[in-house]
Order: sequence, then C-alpha cells, then structure tokens
Amino acid sequence: MMDNKRKIVILTLISLAMTLAFVFWGLGPTNWKFFIQTRLPKVAAIAITGAAIGYSSLLFQTVSNNRILTPSVLGLDSLYMLLQTFVIFTFGSTSRVAVDRNLNFFITVILMVLFSTLLFKLLLQRESGNIMKLLLVGIIMGTLFSSLSSFMQMVIDPNEFMHVQDRMFASFNRVNTDILIVAMVITIGALSLTLKDTALWDVLTLGRDNAINLGVDYDRTIRRMLFTVSLLVSVSTALVGPITFLGMLVVNLAREMLNTFRHRELITGSILLGILFLVGGQLVVERVLNFSTPISVIINFVGGIYFIKLLLKESVG
Amino acid sequence: MNKFIVLLLLVMLSLASLFIGAGDITAMDILLLEDSKVELLLISRIPRLASIIIAGMGMSIAGLIMQQISRNKFVSPTTAATVDSSRLGILVGMILIPGAGTLWKMSLSFVFAVGGTMVFMRLLDRIKIKNTVFIPLVGIMLGSIIESFTTFLAYRYDLVQNVNSWLQGDFSMIMKGRFELLYISIPLLIVAWKYADRFTVAGMGEDFALNLGLNYKTVVNIGVTIVALISATVIVTVGRIPFLGLIIPNLVTLYRGDNMKGNIWIVALSGSAFLLFADILGRLVIYPYEVSISLTVGVMGSMIFLYLLLRGDR
Repeated sequence: MMDNKRKIVILTLISLAMTLAFVFWGLGPTNWKFFIQTRLPKVAAIAITGAAIGYSSLLFQTVSNNRILTPSVLGLDSLYMLLQTFVIFTFGSTSRVAVDRNLNFFITVILMVLFSTLLFKLLLQRESGNIMKLLLVGIIMGTLFSSLSSFMQMVIDPNEFMHVQDRMFASFNRVNTDILIVAMVITIGALSLTLKDTALWDVLTLGRDNAINLGVDYDRTIRRMLFTVSLLVSVSTALVGPITFLGMLVVNLAREMLNTFRHRELITGSILLGILFLVGGQLVVERVLNFSTPISVIINFVGGIYFIKLLLKESVG
Repeated sequence: MNKFIVLLLLVMLSLASLFIGAGDITAMDILLLEDSKVELLLISRIPRLASIIIAGMGMSIAGLIMQQISRNKFVSPTTAATVDSSRLGILVGMILIPGAGTLWKMSLSFVFAVGGTMVFMRLLDRIKIKNTVFIPLVGIMLGSIIESFTTFLAYRYDLVQNVNSWLQGDFSMIMKGRFELLYISIPLLIVAWKYADRFTVAGMGEDFALNLGLNYKTVVNIGVTIVALISATVIVTVGRIPFLGLIIPNLVTLYRGDNMKGNIWIVALSGSAFLLFADILGRLVIYPYEVSISLTVGVMGSMIFLYLLLRGDR
C-alpha cells in the first residue's frame, strides 16, 4: 500500500496533466491566442467549482454523519432553478436581471444563502442537533420549489424556455470573468477561514455525544459548517449551474482511495478528484460529444451509477 | 373523523366540481337536456370528476400500502423513481413512434413506470440500512439517474420542455378517450382492500409476520405490484401529483392508528376529497383560466407536511 501523501501527489500530477492537456490540446501557431483566451477562464471556473463542491460535500457529510448525501438535498438546487425560471418567466429573457450576469449572480447567491441561513436558524436553534429533520424539511422545500418552477416552465413561451433550459444544466462554456474573480475570492476566503477547524471535524465523526464529551462546541461548529456549505454551494451553482452528483461521487471516491477519517487529507483528495472529473467531463463534452450534451448530464450519470454500486456494496450511513 | 362526514364532503365537492368551469352549466340546463351543455358535461366535466376521484383514491392508497410495508412514514410513490421512469417511457415513445396516438405513448410509459418502481423495490430489498430518511433518498437518487439519461436523450432531440410538461399533474387535459387507463386502478383498489389485514401484519416486521403465519414475501410482493401499477396509471394519465400519497395516509394514521383495514376507506375518500378541493381551488384562483393541480397540491401539501414535521415531538 502506498501512503496517502504519495497518493495525493500522484492525484495532483494526474489532474495537472489533464488540465494541461485540456488547455493545450490542438493549439497551433495561428489559433493559440483565441483558444487560450477561452480555455483559461474555463479552467479557472472548473477549479473553483471542483474546490467548492468537493469541500462543501465533505463538510455536509460530516455534519449529517452520512456518507451518501450531497448538499443538494437541502433544496438549494431547486431554489436556483426556481429563481432562474422566475426571472425569465416574469421579466423575460431580455430583461436586465436575466442578461446582466453579474447582477444575476449576486441576487442568486444572496437569496440562496439567505434561504439556507433562515432554514438553519429556524430548525437548529430550537432543537439542537436534529439534522435529520433539517434534511427532511430541505427535501420538502425542494419539492415545493420544483413544483413551482415546473409549472412556470410549462406555461412559458417555448423560445423563452430555451433560456431556462440553458440554465438547467451546468456548463462551463459561458463563464464571465468578472464573476469568476468574485467567486474565486469567496471560495478561497471561505476555505482559508474554515480550514483551521479540520481537527474539530475529525472529532465530529465520532458522533454528536462523543464530540460534546470531548469538549467540542457542537452547535457552534455545526452552524459554521452549514453556513460554509450553503455559501460554497450557492457560489458554485450560481457560477455554472447545478451538478447534483459530483460532490457525492468525489467525496466517496476520496474516502475509498485514501481510507482515512482525517479531513485534511480527505479535503485535498475530494478537491483534486472534483477537478479531475470536471476537466475529464469537459474534455469528453468538447472532443467526443461535440458540445451536444451538457456536462452535468454525464457527471450525474456516472455519479448515479457509482451511487447504486455504493448502496449495494456496503451498509452506508 | 367519520367516514360518512368525509363521504358527504366528497359528494358536495363533486357536485360543485361539475358546475365550475369556463363554460357555464346550471342545473336547469341539465334538466332541460340542452344538447351542448349535456355534451360538455359528458365529454369534459364528468370524465374530469371521475379521474380526480380515482386518482385521489389510488395515490393515497398506494402511499398507505407503501408506508405500511416499508414501515417508513416518509416514502410515497412520487419518491420511488416512478415518475422519472415514466417520463423516460414517454420520451422513448416520442422518439421511436412519433406518429403514435396518445394511448400508445401512455402504455409505453406505463410499462416503464412499473419497471422503474420494481427496480426501486428490488434495490430496497438488497440494501442493508433502513433509515427513515435514507430510503426516500435512495428513491430520489435513483430518480436522478434515470432523469439524467432522459435528459441526455431529450436534449439531443430538443424535447426537454415537451417531456417536462407531459408529466405536470394537470386535469384540464382530461377528456373522454384520454383517461380510461385510470380504470385499471379500480380492481387494484379492491385487491388492496382485500389484503388490508395482511398488509397491517406485514407492517409489524418480517419476523413477527412470519410468526403469525403470514407468507411475508408474497404479501410484500403483492403490495409492491399494486403500488407500482396504481401510481403508473395515475402518473401517465394525470401527471405527477406531489405529496398526495404522503400526506393523506399520514394525517389519517396520525389520528386513527395503523390498522389498515379500518383506515383504508377513510384514506381513499379523504384522498379524493383533498384532490378535488385542490382542483376546484386551481380552477377558481385565476378564473376562467386554471392553475395546474400539481402546483396547488404541491403548495398545500408542503405546508401541511412541514406543519406535521415541525409540530412532531414537541
């Protein structure tokens, strides 16, 4: 068996190689300027999304003490869809809120964070530690949001629907550089502010009672973690769109590969795997499928199959 | 809650439902046998009423059976990958036989829906952990996998909006010749009623049920088949009606306990009454247009469910 340091180094090398291949594939003396200009923002977006999703999914699984969940059960993906559908439905696809990506990004992020903070406040303040109830309420809210948005999607004008459909699937093909910088700042900020807590999270894996016994301020830690999760999920969703299964996929693969409970290593592994999958997926979308399929469809398909395998193989939870 | 009060309520709502809509119908028109009005009644209003009543009964009974045999209050046919598989069926129908009539597409989607639900139940059988929140999540996740496949196909053929609106729960499209598939669920409901006692015992757990001399596996299989068939018919003809199979059984068993034989009629009747009420509401809110039922039920249902969840063990 290799030790984890070696594995992480190898993983880093592979994802670096993939990224370089993605950037430099097919570059010639005449076209390099154009391709570099379009591909570099994509790579940056992929790195941010991979980091945000890997990190937040791992935290979320630690909070819920469950290995198969992804933060999307909190209803954030459905909220994103509802917001986008609502904007196009009421203001039209040519309105400022829909066209101006900066404005749209900020409104979306703020509303998503607001919603999840309210949810946590409401549920966790009254009865501490009832995470399962929080999840159920999240699922219900998600169903409510999606029935609202699917109603709007049904009655909307088909031309306008094409704009909604564009936002239903995550895509790295239309990333805006202004937003990219903001998203990067938020993501790196959230990571660097919370990374010092990794030791606390290791203790949390022992379960709520043991953690409290060992002197962890449970409620405060959980609240901080959940807030980080919702912030990162909101940023990455507003940046590229919803990718439901990616988090579950990379975190579990990281666990399988590294075979540890230490968050420090798991975080690195999840983030690297996230980037690896996204770059790989984007390569498949661009080179094999000729942009005919959104990347989230591929990732959800792979992730879904992996999920079923996970369920059948072992008892999770 | 008394059976007869609910029945009375249902009858009153039914009468109201017949006379509400964009076209005016009065009792006098019917008595005078005015042709156009009677025709409206026969082609549109009565089929609509019948389908609402059957769908309401079907979905709530399917939910009741499912919750009973999986011993989990949070599962319902809408969280069991049924919807997503029938959507795939519709799409396959559209792509392979574009000229085919509605009934053909429906039948294809019906086959897919039954298949999907069966796969879900098989999966439940094989996974080890049976946590209350976990099982519906498995259904949701399985649904997303099927959905990603559907999306892949729909995206290629530019059918995303089309496929999505097919399964939006909506009674305004119900007319003579479009809802008859629903009748399949009536014999199924009778079987469910006959087996109610056995489902109750099965709900006490495998060991206990075997001890009482029940053929546990067979009973569970019958239950699963009934659920799959009923929810597939409803989804294909009416569309997705969220929460109905979740809330009605939960509300009733909250007050009356888990004896299924005693509950089955009241669950069926209140399911229909609730659905009918939601439908009438949807027709009145923006009269003379209407809001689709999955929206009204979705909003009302999530409110009730949140209430149930939050009052919980306080």
